[in-house]
Amino acid sequence: MSEELLGQLDRLEAEGREAIRRADTPDDREEVRVRFLGRKGRLTGVLRQLGTISPELRPVVGARANEVKEALSELIDAASAKADYAGAEEPIDLSLPGRRPWQGGRHPVTLVVEEICEIFRELGFVRAAGPEAETTWYNFTALNIPLDHPAADMHDTFFLGKDVVLRTHTSPVQARVMETHEPPIRVVVPGMVYRRDPFDASHAPGFEQIEGLAVDEGITFVDFKATIRAFVERFFGPDTKTRFRPSYFPFTEPSAEVDVGCQICGGHGCSACKGTGWMEIMGAGMVHPAVFENVGYDSDRYTGFAFGMGPARIAMLRYRIPDIRLLYESDVRFLEQFA
Amino acid sequence: MNLSFRWLREIAPSIDASPAVVAERLAMLGAPVDDSVSLGGGLADIRVGRVREVREHPNADRLRLCLVEGGAEPVQVVCGATNVKEGAYYPFAPVGSTLPGGMKLKKVKLRGEASEGMLCSARELELGRDHEGIMTLHGEWTPGTPFVEALGLDDTRLVIDVTPNRPDLLSHVGVAAELAPGGRVDVSLPPFPGDADGRGTAFAEEATEGATGGVAVRIEEAELCPRYLGAVVDGVRIAPSPEWLATRIRAVGGRPVNNVVDATNYVLNELGQPLHAFDLDRLAGNTVIVRRARAGESIRTLDGEERDLESGELVIADGERPVALAGVMGGEESEVGEGTTRLFLECAIFDPGTVRASARGHNLSSDASYRFERGVDPEGARRALERVVSLIRSVAGGTVTDPALDLAPRPFERPRITLRPERVEALLGVEVGEGEISSLLEPIGFGIGREGEALEVSVPGIRSDVTREVDLIEEIARRRGYDTFPDEIRPFRPGTGTLRDDVGLRVEDRVRDIFVRLGFLEARTTAFAPAADSRVPLLHPLSAEESHLRATLRDELLRRIEFNMARGNRDVRLFEVGTVFLPSDEARPAEARHVAAVITGGRAPGHWSAKAEAWDAWDLRGLLEEAGGSLYPAARVEPAGEDAGEFVAARAWRLIDEAGAVLGLAGKVPPGRLDLPEWAGEVWGMEIRLDNASPERELVYTPIPAYPAVERDVALLAPTEVPADAIRTLIREVSGDMLERVDPFDVYEGEGIRGGQRSIAWTLRFRSLERTLTDREVETVLDEVLSALDDRLGVRLRK
Repeated sequence: MSEELLGQLDRLEAEGREAIRRADTPDDREEVRVRFLGRKGRLTGVLRQLGTISPELRPVVGARANEVKEALSELIDAASAKADYAGAEEPIDLSLPGRRPWQGGRHPVTLVVEEICEIFRELGFVRAAGPEAETTWYNFTALNIPLDHPAADMHDTFFLGKDVVLRTHTSPVQARVMETHEPPIRVVVPGMVYRRDPFDASHAPGFEQIEGLAVDEGITFVDFKATIRAFVERFFGPDTKTRFRPSYFPFTEPSAEVDVGCQICGGHGCSACKGTGWMEIMGAGMVHPAVFENVGYDSDRYTGFAFGMGPARIAMLRYRIPDIRLLYESDVRFLEQFA
Repeated sequence: MNLSFRWLREIAPSIDASPAVVAERLAMLGAPVDDSVSLGGGLADIRVGRVREVREHPNADRLRLCLVEGGAEPVQVVCGATNVKEGAYYPFAPVGSTLPGGMKLKKVKLRGEASEGMLCSARELELGRDHEGIMTLHGEWTPGTPFVEALGLDDTRLVIDVTPNRPDLLSHVGVAAELAPGGRVDVSLPPFPGDADGRGTAFAEEATEGATGGVAVRIEEAELCPRYLGAVVDGVRIAPSPEWLATRIRAVGGRPVNNVVDATNYVLNELGQPLHAFDLDRLAGNTVIVRRARAGESIRTLDGEERDLESGELVIADGERPVALAGVMGGEESEVGEGTTRLFLECAIFDPGTVRASARGHNLSSDASYRFERGVDPEGARRALERVVSLIRSVAGGTVTDPALDLAPRPFERPRITLRPERVEALLGVEVGEGEISSLLEPIGFGIGREGEALEVSVPGIRSDVTREVDLIEEIARRRGYDTFPDEIRPFRPGTGTLRDDVGLRVEDRVRDIFVRLGFLEARTTAFAPAADSRVPLLHPLSAEESHLRATLRDELLRRIEFNMARGNRDVRLFEVGTVFLPSDEARPAEARHVAAVITGGRAPGHWSAKAEAWDAWDLRGLLEEAGGSLYPAARVEPAGEDAGEFVAARAWRLIDEAGAVLGLAGKVPPGRLDLPEWAGEVWGMEIRLDNASPERELVYTPIPAYPAVERDVALLAPTEVPADAIRTLIREVSGDMLERVDPFDVYEGEGIRGGQRSIAWTLRFRSLERTLTDREVETVLDEVLSALDDRLGVRLRK
């Protein structure tokens, strides 16, 4: 007989669940509650038959009846709560797009400049700045570039006066920093530089450069290579290869050009790296003793290294920007991509 | 520098590597290869053809019928060139072959006569520009020989990027010495055909004047010409160069001229010594003088240009007039040409700066001036003259009867530099032993001796760039290979001394944060601007539009709005941080860093729920308050008045500091000022100086009030000429500390308000930090406020 009652309870639970699922309105749910759990409801009906079974089995059936009651009550409450939230608002088409504010953003070259400066900050360098309209002394002579040397061919220069130019590189800040400070010196110098090149896909008459300078007793070519490699691995990724090639700059000796494994093809050779697998990212070297002498440093006591790189070119590499003019013409559809 | 790979291998067979490997090694030695040009490519089908017979074409005056040997059997070829001769050899493209341009030859009929193949011009084979007829091959050949093989055309031209400090790499011999395992020892110059005994030149040494072959030579400017060698060759026959020589000239990118000129160019490329051959019969008075030009003199140079000479520039002159620009280019009148039989050969060393000035002054650069500017080897001058004499004898005949003349007013002496091995280590971070130093430097011509504890290094003549110890240390690092040095981080003295992160750059970090937060996109525009009074001019601008430096940032940013609108971008909000330039009394113009911003279009991105609202005056004032207030906490915004400048005065504000100095401006751009499409909305702009801005915000905690505030709304009737700000200031002044805030919440003019007046409604919020204010206290203060407003501004409560 107890089996019979337990069977009734199972059916009652199943039917109750189905009824709750179908009850759409608060009235429907109230009707279900009364029908199944009310004083004259079906559960009461089952409990009334408890007297027909042996006393020792009554607690078992009673417990099961409680279980069913609680389960159905909870289901009805949950359905009501859910319906309350839904019913509080008029329905709207939630698939319509949302309202968003304008996004501001830094220029892609700024992103690169800031990242480079941040990496060098980790390596112990602070930032320095200097004027963009510079004397020929700081732009050339102090840097060991005689005005009539073929090296001056490398600098097609905007003159503002006989002895004043728009700086052709950020290197003059080297001399300015050394004139006003004693070693140890570790600075990076972000800034604009100018060359007399009309705009085309890869040239701009004004563009960004970042200079670096480290001067102290005991700085060697090994420290130079180590610092640059540490930078490359942080900026381009830990697996990026670095290569140092001899080169010539009047204000460094030994001079080097630094290549990194091509960022496009990973070093296999492609059109971007002209098949070499390498991309040149900076000119660098040990500070030429003549530069130290020009700023009044003891060139036997101090050594150091300097480097310069073009964040615009690096931004073009990194973000796959094919034409330098995109950087400077300020089309908002371009700038928004970096916001 | 154009390098022929074949030529390189011929003089230094020990360089046993492919062109690609040589290019890689050159890069790692400091001379990267910009371009590698495969020569003779596309010529595989071309054969040497011999014309056995030439007949007139029956149907055309200008065409000839040639019987050409070179294929399986002789074939008839129709040829239009006037220089085709019986018995001569020409490049022959048989039927079925492909020319470098991609043209495939078929059997055709020309004016009724069959033509089976083609005799080719140099241009058709892409060997030069010469289209003056077909290319005559000088020499004897077996018809049918592959053309490339016959002429040694299968070569690679490496275009080397030589830095200004490496004059030694401007010759095949120099590059070979750099690359060969044994250096200079591995380099040998092959004798020329028919003149095996090329070293037979004798020299007569003099200081500043002497004679050879009846020519008197004199140096008047020993400072500018430390060395002058001359030789006279009699009885030369000017003719086209033999093919081996012409091929060499073409391989390095040159154009064959004639046997003598090609010989001088050959030696220039082989040894790096520029040479010049004069037609001796055209030199007046059998005299050669190295002197400065005199006032009024001129010369017609080999390129056909008539050039006026600067008084004082260095020339080579005969008895009457200048015949060459020293070290740059010869004169046309004494040019070696068809009738020439007697040569005066010049082999000189000129001062680099003088040649450079002359080349610049005449805007004329030549292979010779390029080398003289960088430095020519004084130790190689005799060898170069011997070499060119030998080559001329080989290809043009002639004899040298008299010893050549070697004038050396300032004989070359090798500089000696002290090299301290400990200094090498101090700079390079690695100990390099003396033995290793010798093995690195000696192969490229340096001499190593001893000087006490240090080394004494003698510098070869071709390395005029090496003048101090550090130059030698670079050579050591370079020859050793930069990749042989470790790149490990070693202990160092940390810190940056007295240097601190630049304040201006820190301000700019903040500025970018502020404007990015406000939704602006950062632009980077040009520093150049059109002419205006307040702008600094450039001496040599690229264009009139870019003839001056900008004095503000906003002008170019406004141009960028035009640019965006022309591309259909309606919503533009840009800011820029940059330098402006102002005229000053100093040598350098004054510079300042500014931030500027421009806006037009919608205040927010378009949305389907409502029509987009345009930026208006209050947005702009708010931006100026927000940005200006962040950078200059003590500054305030007020109507710009006479400072409005190019903004619409009725819609312009200025940012001023406590002393009243203008820090920034903002306003509406007059609609007519920009070239904008019809649909363009209002355009607004602002600009703020950054020179005194604070790099950090001063942050001090203000206690959060513990007692409730009392708020009172009052509507005030004010004469329209009384600015809201005056009312606000007076309310603050009278209320004292009890007033926490006072803000307008409604401004109204019109119906219900008397003419000449307006209603401004304000919320005044009172609060004490110590206690709860009573209504009576607040009413008392409010009464005082209202009475002061009435007395002092004629402002009354609106009933």
